[in-house]
Amino acid sequence: MTRAWVALLASGLVASAGPAAIAQTFGSPTHFTEQGGAAIYASVCAACHMPDGQGAEGAGRYPALSRDPRLQIPAYPIFMILHGQGAMPPFARTLTDQQIADVVAYIQTHFGNAEKDQATSAAVKAARASD
Amino acid sequence: MTQAETTPLRRRDLLSLIGAAAGSSALYFAMSRLGHAQGSDYAGPINLSGDPKGASVLILGAGVAGMVAALELRRAGYRVQVLEYNDRVGGRTWTIRGGDRFTELGGATQDCGFDRGLYFNPGPWRIPYHHRALLDYCKRLGVTLEPFTQVNANAYLHGKDAFGGQPQRYRTIQADFNGMVSELLAKAVNTDRLNALVSKEDTEVLLEALQDWGALDDSYAYKAGEDASERRGWRKPPGGGLSAEPIDSTPLRPQDLLQSHLWRRLSSGLDYDYQTTLFQPVGGMDKIAEGFAREVGDLVRLNARVTAIRQDEHGVQVTWEDKGSQTMQQSRADWCLCTIPLSVLSQIEMNVGAPMAAAVAAVPYSPSVKIGLQFKRRFWETDEAIYGGISYTDLPITMIGYPATGYFDSGKGVLLGTYAFGPYAYEFESLSPAERIAKAVAFGAQIHPQYPAEFDNGMAVAWHRVPSQLGCYGQWTDATRAEHYRNLCAIDGRILLAGEHASYIPAWQEGAILSSLDAITRLHERVMKS
Repeated sequence: MTRAWVALLASGLVASAGPAAIAQTFGSPTHFTEQGGAAIYASVCAACHMPDGQGAEGAGRYPALSRDPRLQIPAYPIFMILHGQGAMPPFARTLTDQQIADVVAYIQTHFGNAEKDQATSAAVKAARASD
Repeated sequence: MTQAETTPLRRRDLLSLIGAAAGSSALYFAMSRLGHAQGSDYAGPINLSGDPKGASVLILGAGVAGMVAALELRRAGYRVQVLEYNDRVGGRTWTIRGGDRFTELGGATQDCGFDRGLYFNPGPWRIPYHHRALLDYCKRLGVTLEPFTQVNANAYLHGKDAFGGQPQRYRTIQADFNGMVSELLAKAVNTDRLNALVSKEDTEVLLEALQDWGALDDSYAYKAGEDASERRGWRKPPGGGLSAEPIDSTPLRPQDLLQSHLWRRLSSGLDYDYQTTLFQPVGGMDKIAEGFAREVGDLVRLNARVTAIRQDEHGVQVTWEDKGSQTMQQSRADWCLCTIPLSVLSQIEMNVGAPMAAAVAAVPYSPSVKIGLQFKRRFWETDEAIYGGISYTDLPITMIGYPATGYFDSGKGVLLGTYAFGPYAYEFESLSPAERIAKAVAFGAQIHPQYPAEFDNGMAVAWHRVPSQLGCYGQWTDATRAEHYRNLCAIDGRILLAGEHASYIPAWQEGAILSSLDAITRLHERVMKS
């Protein structure tokens, strides 16, 4: 965990401490313009999975992303983000390969997940092509 | 030129071309535009004749689909019970008023601080005149309707990069766009290419029409003068007495108008769903829910969270949690009509066949955010002469909807300060309610500079975070409809589904009602045969 945090800080994925800034860029009505896993997570995924990744439960539920073993293999979150299923909407048209790779890597290394398998935009591209 | 090329294009030829090029759905769409096809297929109150001999139906969800079914099935002689997750009936047919409390998923709680009599509809807020089933139920339930204004010529069209960010009156953009297009076409009338499309005898009629439609002068020019001012308004309007003489206004330059892209929203009132007349219930959309509750409220069990739906050859057993006592309960009936949104239903254990199960899981739910803002005074009326209607913007708030009621009131007023879909909606949804409201005020201030000084309080509803819904409405595509729609609507053993998601009018109350009427008609036929 500590090593993962160090790696993240070194890679610049974690913003420096300070008052929480709004990550939302509101850049386009047709696609997301946020860059980097943290900003994409905070502006898209957090709508349902919540800013802390804990999910929520009402009549149905949004699963928590913390310590989710299904996130060990990037192909699973990549597929879900591209195509959606049930209450999970598809984002194939609104996020780029790089954005999806970045946000998968972010989820894999946050919320109590400490996976080594980092998603790549090439993997996302391949997942798109295999449809 | 060949004969075919010189013959003016007739409407039927155009339809054939569209159909050949783009398939039958495009043909239907084009026919709708040209007035051949009808919308809602409501044919008047349904008549479920015959004795169901005490058959029972368990309805899941007390939105309009569930309430319509409850009303009609009880009337037809069925034993009916309804389970509802919320502590109120109506589902998305919902109104928020001062004193209301709303807790969204994630736990953020908002207490509405609107003044007495003021409200905001976070779900549906307008009813087209051709949504005949809903209008008929309003009439039968004693729900009083008043006009909802969609197009207001004095509201704004705004682009953050258009005309230095200065909002333009809808009236001037519309007049100038029509004038510009008419002038261009009038100039082209005597060119070869247009002669090939319009017969000689039609040319004179076309010029007359363009002059009339585009407010062109006698030389077929659209320019500053009485004709144009009658459409776009004057620089100084006509008056009385010594200062009576009007001063004409000057049309925008065509290239500026085109590049502003403000013409994009001129079509907003042209679509079938938004053509005059539209209605709203006096006092809030939930007056419809109240009307249904007067009829069938005694059948509804509130605060019931469904966890499992199991059918066998004899009937359906539904397991649910009483949210109040936090105890598990079971209800049983011969049949089950389930109107639970697919975003929720896809997570509930239900033993139906693979086709319906696949359909339930195949429809994602749209993001959407609506924000009601209360201001200390109705400055849009007093300062800007905007009475109802909608201003459109390319800012993330997308539009500002002015209340179509309470005109000239000297107290506070509530307007719709955001109605976002798509990526903008996710970006709003992922903020806290307070942040959403702050953003809505900051964006809106670019259109109405009065915002910061006059803002009082707000309520922000993000539909993915509404606990009973997990999204705004079911988003079908042509591909998912082709694969799953019929399987979603077909009766599976003793279970059938209804709601806007089981209709071709998604997101509208009319779709929910027509879906429900279709479902209970088929259910009744099945019961009569068994």
